[in-house]
Amino acid sequence: MLIRRHPALLTALAILALFTLTVTLMSEAYGSGALATSTVKLLGKTLCLALAALAMDLVWGYAGILSLGHMAFFALGGYMIGQWLMYARTAEIVGRTLAAAPIPPTPAELRDGIAGQIFGVVGSADLPWSWSLAGSLPAQLVLVLAVPGLLALGFGWLAFRSRVNGVYLSILTQAMTLALALWLFQNDAGFRGNNGLSGLQNIPGQAHVPQSVIAVRFLWGSAFALACGFLLATWITGGKFGSVIRAIRDDETRVRFLGYPVETFKLAVFTLSAMICAVAGALYYPQAGIINPAEMMPIASIYLAVWVAIGGRGRIYGAVIGAIAVSLLSSWFTGGRAPDLRLGGYTVHWVDWWQVLLGLGFVAVTLFVPRGLSSIWDATAGLRHPARRGADLGPDAGALQEREAEA
Amino acid sequence: MTALLEVSGVSKSFDGFRAINDLSFAIGQAELRAIIGPNGAGKTTFMDIVTGKTRPDSGDVLWGERSVSLVRMSEARIAREGIGRKFQRPTVFEDQTIAENLTLALRSARGPLSVLRWRPSRASRARVADLAAEVNLGGALHRKAGELSHGQKQWLEIGMLLASEPRLLLVDEPAAGMTLAEREATTALLRRLAETRAVVVVEHDMDFVRRLNCKVTVLHQGAVLAEGSLDHVSANPQVIEVYLGR
Repeated sequence: MLIRRHPALLTALAILALFTLTVTLMSEAYGSGALATSTVKLLGKTLCLALAALAMDLVWGYAGILSLGHMAFFALGGYMIGQWLMYARTAEIVGRTLAAAPIPPTPAELRDGIAGQIFGVVGSADLPWSWSLAGSLPAQLVLVLAVPGLLALGFGWLAFRSRVNGVYLSILTQAMTLALALWLFQNDAGFRGNNGLSGLQNIPGQAHVPQSVIAVRFLWGSAFALACGFLLATWITGGKFGSVIRAIRDDETRVRFLGYPVETFKLAVFTLSAMICAVAGALYYPQAGIINPAEMMPIASIYLAVWVAIGGRGRIYGAVIGAIAVSLLSSWFTGGRAPDLRLGGYTVHWVDWWQVLLGLGFVAVTLFVPRGLSSIWDATAGLRHPARRGADLGPDAGALQEREAEA
Repeated sequence: MTALLEVSGVSKSFDGFRAINDLSFAIGQAELRAIIGPNGAGKTTFMDIVTGKTRPDSGDVLWGERSVSLVRMSEARIAREGIGRKFQRPTVFEDQTIAENLTLALRSARGPLSVLRWRPSRASRARVADLAAEVNLGGALHRKAGELSHGQKQWLEIGMLLASEPRLLLVDEPAAGMTLAEREATTALLRRLAETRAVVVVEHDMDFVRRLNCKVTVLHQGAVLAEGSLDHVSANPQVIEVYLGR
């Protein structure tokens, strides 16, 4: 039903399935071993970033809300799953050590042992209240959705109710993510300060499973999550709901005079998008192995917006293409594998110059191909942008520009 | 006849300037009313207050049989009560097709969950097709609204207003930028609409108001100066002094 109305969906899901299968058959665990485990992890992480970009596209490309703090939700999702990973894994190790003692440990001793192991690094031996559910996987999985969801709900309610729009809203979202990062940097915030949470690649109870297998399983999980995100986003944006939020993007006042509660719609999209980001983060950080508050600095969220812009906002596949292409290129350039460019007396080291290249690329895309990389797809599908002599499609700051639209 | 909309003792100032000054008047269930007045008479502020865009400093705006106050309601809530507004420039959603534009305006539940569950039915499709045909866009249902000409956009917006079936329609300078033929068509449409609902036209083009042939309210410095037929108010010496004489 959904697929019949959106043929692009089937193509996207087929490409994703083919990609996952190929990587599996080339992995060390299940195939030829042509791809190193670190590469499999990189690809898995890239799929998570694509899911985050998809969430960003919902909120920016469709609803016109340029949130520059979305990676806060991504990292919060990572922190929530990280708490369980670290706690349960430490519990195994401490339990094994204490089991060797002549007297079996009491639950309180076990708890103190875990707290000492986790928080010794910040000079504390008490488990903060925020870790009281860390021993339970179901509870932390609920928190993965609940904590970022409630933060987005509270923040959005305050911001949208006061009709904060455009660049002011972007600045507020930046302030939110920066404030959260600075708070988490403090040792007494209860999340190990700038050390962050580490050892997340070790899955509790799976010590006997090699990392090569875990990497492929996480790749499957990430691909499945991205596929679900694709289906959800297509379903939401395809019907009348999508029509309403695109209308809000282009002319919010008019939508209000049609009787739609604009603030409630924005809040719904913002919160849903934050929760999708959180799921992406919860899958990303076990593959990355470590999370610290630097992940929440505003620059990360700006990158997210850049990926969506380069991919082409207002199209789900655009955001996904942008995130995958730019983050893979970024890994290649900053990983030291890109050959240096010798220009007579000066050698361009890509590790240093990659950001300049990315910046130039961003400017070039905005100026010359506002529809981004997805315009490649559009060209094959025969889509053209309308001739409107430079007029945007609506009066609002987030409105689609002439050259982003399709005729 | 009971009033549909009753404005009583409404005042509003902006930085000391009294845009609306103890304004009181009523509009019936099914009538066509023109509101005229020189620039700065408070015509636009009056519309903003009724539609909830601006909150008055004092006074009340009462609506419908149960005389509920509109003053504390949000714009969206007021629109759901059945007050539609047509802006001076055509405002349609240019990135969306004519069918999508009309569907957005169709009467239905407006909450996010109801909208998410909404599916087009045979009845809704037929209604959209009828509305499009009524505003001469029947053959263009799947064209983007952004491609339409200025006049066609005006008509599409009128189609959207019809789709939302308002009980009171506020129309801001409908004749601006229209050709003579378009003016005639617009006059006929407004008169037809006023048979089943209240239509308030804010206008300062006297020729157009004469064409409408309806009761006229003259605003001056935020208050009602005169009310009655156009001939009656035109004969009022005060009206001649502040507006017509100049």
